[in-house]
Formats: sequence, C-alpha cells, structure tokens
Amino acid sequence: MSTSTGVTTGVIPKYELRCRECGKSWGNQPRSICDDCFSPLEITYDYDAIRASFTRERIVQGPPSMWRYADLLPLPENFRPTVPAGFTPLLKAPRLAQRLGAKNLYIKNDAVCLPTLSFKDRVVAVALAQARNFGFDTVACSSTGNLANSVAAQAARNGFHAWIFIPADLEPAKIIGTQVFGAKLVRIAGSYDQVNRLCSQIADERHWGFVNVNLRPYYAEGSKTVGFEIAEQLGWRLPDNIVVPMAGGSLITKIKKAFDELIQLGLVEPKPVKFFGAQATGCSPISTAVKTGNAEIEPQKPATLARSLAIGNPADGHYAIKTITKTGGWAEDVSDPELVASIQLLAETEGIFTETAGGVTVGCARKLYRQDRIASDDTTVLCITGNGLKTTDALAGKYEMEAPIPPKIAEFDKYLDKALDVPQISVAETVEA
Amino acid sequence: MTITVQIPTALRRLTAGTDRITCSANNLGELFSVLDGKFPELKPHLRDEAGEIRRFLNVYVNEEDIRFLGGSTYAFQDGDEVLLVPSIAGGNSDFATEAMENLKLRATITRLRDR
Repeated sequence: MSTSTGVTTGVIPKYELRCRECGKSWGNQPRSICDDCFSPLEITYDYDAIRASFTRERIVQGPPSMWRYADLLPLPENFRPTVPAGFTPLLKAPRLAQRLGAKNLYIKNDAVCLPTLSFKDRVVAVALAQARNFGFDTVACSSTGNLANSVAAQAARNGFHAWIFIPADLEPAKIIGTQVFGAKLVRIAGSYDQVNRLCSQIADERHWGFVNVNLRPYYAEGSKTVGFEIAEQLGWRLPDNIVVPMAGGSLITKIKKAFDELIQLGLVEPKPVKFFGAQATGCSPISTAVKTGNAEIEPQKPATLARSLAIGNPADGHYAIKTITKTGGWAEDVSDPELVASIQLLAETEGIFTETAGGVTVGCARKLYRQDRIASDDTTVLCITGNGLKTTDALAGKYEMEAPIPPKIAEFDKYLDKALDVPQISVAETVEA
Repeated sequence: MTITVQIPTALRRLTAGTDRITCSANNLGELFSVLDGKFPELKPHLRDEAGEIRRFLNVYVNEEDIRFLGGSTYAFQDGDEVLLVPSIAGGNSDFATEAMENLKLRATITRLRDR
C-alpha cells in the first residue's frame, strides 16, 4: 500500500507504557493512568534495541517529515504515515534578534506544520496511528482549537468518526476549521478545564480514542519531534536556550525528553540547555509557580486573548515546572496588549504571522533578554507553534481599512503625496517605547 | 449534610465496583474519612503521607474544582455532587535519562553476574 508520503517507518521500536511513579509496566493499551497508584503513564523505550538504527546517517535518508524519527516514536508495527507532518523550518531571525537585543536567534516555525498549521499535527499523527491499532472507529479530544483542527482533519484523512469538544468562546476560524472536515463539534458552555474534565468522564463511559485522555501517553510523544528537528537543523547540536509556550505544559517536557534521548543515543554532544516557559498573564499558573518558587500548580480561571494557552489547571504543570527549574531556566508571562504587539513584531521583522500563542512566546523572550536571563550571544530558539490566520480577531482594530481609490495613476500620485506626508511608524515600534 | 460522591472507573477496583455513594460530611477531610472507612483500599490513593490531596487526584463540587471553593476549608452544602477525577498528565522529562540509567545499571549487573 502506498501513501502520499511514500514512506514506511523503519525499524519498529520496542516501547511500552510504564508508570512514572511506581514503575509498573502496562504494555501497550489505551490508558493514561496507572491503576495501582493513579500516577501518569509514560512511554519508555528499549534504547539499546534502537541505538543501532537511530543514527544521523539513517535519519538524514528519511522523509522530510517527523517520520524520519519514527524509531523514537510509539508507532504500531507496519504503520504507514498518511500525513507529512513536521520537519518545519528552523529560521535564523536576525531582524527580530536586533529588536530583542539578541545575536543568535532562531525561530522554529510550526505555523506552517502540515496539515493544519500547528504543532498539534505532530501529536495527533501519533495518537491516530495508535487509535487504529487499538481498534477505535471514533476519535475525540478536548481542545482549545488547534488540536480540534488537527484531529478533525486527520480523522477525515484516516476514515475515523471524530467528536471534538471545545469551550464555546473559541475563535471563529478554529470552529470553521474543525467543522469543515466533517467532525462533530460539541461546544461546551464553560472553560477548557471544564471541557477537559467532562471529556475524562465521557472517556470513562465510551469506547472512543480520546487523543488527549486515554491515548495521551502516545500522543504526547509526537511533541518530541520538535526537539529532534531543532537539533538536526542546528547541525546536530543543541541550543543554549529554548523558549516554549505553555498551555497544558506537555510540549516543554517532551522537547527536554527529545534532547535527552539524542544525548543518550550519542547523536549530539551533551550540553546543558536552559528551558524557558511562556504564558499569558491572564492564564499563568505555571509561570506564577516558577516565579514564586512553588513546585505545585495553583489553578487559575483563564482570562486572556491567547485562547490556545488558556488552560488554568495544566495537566503537566508540575512536570513543566520541574523541567524549567532543573535546567536553570525561567518562566515569564505577558499581557494581552504585549502579546498582540509581539505578533506584529514577529510579522514585521521576519515575515512570520503567528497566532496568539506565538505572540506570547516572542513577548516573553523579549522580557527574558531584558532581564538578562537569556544572554545575547547564546544560541536561542523560540518555538512558534501556531498560525496567525486562525486568530485574526486578536488584531481587530489594529489596521485601518482605507477608502478605495479610483484606478487612475493621477489618483495614486495624489494618494502617495498624502501618504508620504504622514510619518510611518510601525506598530511594533510603538510598543517598545 | 447529605452529599453524593461519584467514583470514576479507575478507582472502582478499590470500592468493590461501587460507582456512587451518598454520605454525610461537612468538608473534604470528613468526606475522605468516610471513604477511608468504607473503602480501606482506597485510602492511600486519596491523600499523601502529609495528609494533602494526592497530586494526580482532582476533586470537583457541582462541576467546580474544589480549589476554587476554598479546598479543604469548603463547607459542603446539602445536595452537593462531588466528583473524583484522576488527572491526565503526560510525563516527566527525566524519564529518558532515568530509563537509560536503569538500562546501564541492568547491563552492569548482568556483566558482574556473568563474570
């Protein structure tokens, strides 16, 4: 059977679910909690079995997608990819760097991840591979938007029924961008945390593959590919710092896991990497805990434009805090006006239009440079995880729609004279004042 | 003060399949004591050694996280519906390193044993 990506995965990895706290092995099944101690389950690999096949040479010969790292993903035997997710550009960002006081800055641009323009395409691709393997015909998720789009699209492509649960106040583009794929969209009159709690209850009752409930350990592993790609694209070396947006807190821990695996398997030189977490001030349970030296999360009621990050009770918050503090990193948060200005700044300097979460990442990076928590000479990567076309409402009122002019050269000359009379100041510049 | 407590599937192994109980309790501490008495096997999964609610257990009262209602100081109202929901977390960033160290340890033990 051939697929659009034209590849099959290489050596089938040996992996299984294991309890993080008590170490009990659970084999492979749709489950995310250890029945013995109710702690989270994590995928663990037989690294010795993988070592021989997971080499730079083999990876470079792989497809230009996340599947080049298939050996370190929990994929079923004979899995054939159906979407070319991942392997997004890592771009040097000199013009943004100049504005932030940085010298060696990179953007990992998942605003152009396929098929639905966010990093969630990576995690969903792995989750649906296992959903098929476990015999589900229906997949589901609770979502703040990007995950909804990705589950809906990939369910369509793979012939699953999809049930998507979202807080009712999501951006219109994220709602249409889910419904268009034929998914059943259930709007819940409540916050994401309430949607998520409801989904835990529904998953308890129905034989559905909830990508972020009973398939979560598999799903979360897909995020590691962001880390693998950054290392490969930097020429098989790790950055000094990485700035990651945090909602549930999973991504930052999985990038750390990816770097650790590359070190352990000898693909990169060992190096301490500082992990920095970014949140919106209106929903900042993780950054607040880091700043106050608290190892546990105090849940919050989100009030922010950055709806994709609006998780007040982050499931992986505890582990995100650990990742940040143990690596010598820090967490910051920015207000809604700051995140909007940062969306504009990234667009004006590097030509990348990110969604609100990306504005949060850029805004927090700016603060971290100013606080000297990130040194200007260091190699630093900002993770941009979503596309600005999905959250255009965040820019409402920021740009003027001028009256049209007649299609005559004289009219344009008149227009130009008038335009040149008005000093042009970029919005991003005004914010820095 | 009569309240209803729903027990999720993951915990029912420890409650002999009971999925819902009605009981009298004025606050979370009293509720946990009632559950401890009825289901001794459940006891260690509700609170840690310091008596705090376990990190991976969420408690909701009428759909609201009890931490927003004052946590252990919240006084139950007659008819409150209490939900126990294990939280769905992902994993730990140290896991790869630890797994690798365990592998190395196992290899060392095998080597020493075979010597």
